[in-house]
Amino acid sequence: MTTDHRQGAGETPARIVPSHEVPPDATLVADNTAELIDVGEHHLCPGCGEPIAIRAVMDGLSLLGLAERCIAVFGIGCSTAFSNNLDVEVLQALHGRAPSVATGAARSRPGLAVFTIQGDGDLANEGLQEVLHAAARGENIVCFMLNNGVFGETGGHLTVTTTIGQRTKNTLEGRDAARHGHPMRVAELLAGIDGVGYVARGAVNNAGNVARTKRMVVEAFTAQQQGLGLSFVEILTMCPTGWFVPTTEAPAYLEETIAATHRVGVLRSALG
Amino acid sequence: MNVRIRGTVRIDTEACKGCELCIEACKPEVLEMTSTSTNTRGYRYPELLPGCTGCRACADVCPDFCFQVYRFDEPRTWSPEEGLR
Ligand SMILES: Cc1ncc(C[n+]2csc(CCOP(=O)(O)OP(=O)(O)O)c2C)c(N)n1
Ligand code: SF4
Ligand code: SF4
Ligand code: SF4
Ligand SMILES: [Mg+2]
Repeated sequence: MTTDHRQGAGETPARIVPSHEVPPDATLVADNTAELIDVGEHHLCPGCGEPIAIRAVMDGLSLLGLAERCIAVFGIGCSTAFSNNLDVEVLQALHGRAPSVATGAARSRPGLAVFTIQGDGDLANEGLQEVLHAAARGENIVCFMLNNGVFGETGGHLTVTTTIGQRTKNTLEGRDAARHGHPMRVAELLAGIDGVGYVARGAVNNAGNVARTKRMVVEAFTAQQQGLGLSFVEILTMCPTGWFVPTTEAPAYLEETIAATHRVGVLRSALG
Repeated sequence: MNVRIRGTVRIDTEACKGCELCIEACKPEVLEMTSTSTNTRGYRYPELLPGCTGCRACADVCPDFCFQVYRFDEPRTWSPEEGLR
């Protein structure tokens, strides 16, 4: 076991199994980064759900062999910095405008899988009309919304998806409908629009939900490849920093406070 | 005490940010955070105890992509006296 880089590493207790060496007579079943994510550190907070969600998107693209035929359009939020770690073509849109940039890209390059990645603040507060009109037009793109219920990058303030009781920087006692209004369920809104081919909501708060979300990503891109219209996948992500909860409590907080309003599941599918 | 081991993990302890999401994800409870050691950025990190099943859950939930998961071609055993066999 190589311990030279570790600070304060003392005697290795006998029960610790060496975990730096490549084991002999074993098969690698999960690599540390997905094929399309550059190995290397990123600057998102400890316990952030966004890298897990983007990994699911990248895994779906590799599985369908779309990596060399895709363009990602990022909105503005914490995930934007992470786009530097991705080995796919990336465009950067103004706040809220990613579905419109993606519309232009998809119309001029119809053979490509064009998709957007936006936060809830970006998609639902700053530019809700963009995704709604793209859906109604039946644009053949895939839109992802990473929903943590806060404007994470700018300090953790409430967004239109913040659920009742959820703590944010300006709802420290939890969102109260009488004072702060009601949350909007974005996936349900999209599912009501003719012109969408697929709508689902996933989450990354445990391994089971990560696996489920990966299947949703694959279905969304499959619908896009079949020309069924706009696909929308909302992914609930942890923001322990914005929620003021310890990283270890954030997955349960997501389940109890956020997923109780924003329910995980497939809402609409035109896939055969 | 002989523990049956079907898989193992390599952990990039330097990439770890100490969030402990992997600890909760590991159903056989064979990941444990260090109590005294930290990586060079000052974060505690997980270490592997005997009994990994190679289920990949840790790799699925780690936001910092610290895990490589392996499955042994033939299940192995571990004992305190002899280590991994
Ligand atoms: C037109 C405009 N208004 C405001 C901002 C500031 N701004 C940058 S990121 C951000 C919050 C994004 O929140 P969200 O989309 O939920 O992403 P998260 O950081 O939570 O992942 C805001 C308000 C901006 N860059 N441009
Ligand atoms: S503020 Fe929240 S969303 Fe942004 S990197 Fe930190 S945990 Fe992730
Ligand atoms: S989930 Fe990853 S970053 Fe978090 S403690 Fe475990 S190894 Fe470290
Ligand atoms: S592969 Fe499964 S059993 Fe092994 S350390 Fe990871 S979560 Fe635990
Ligand atoms: Mg957000």
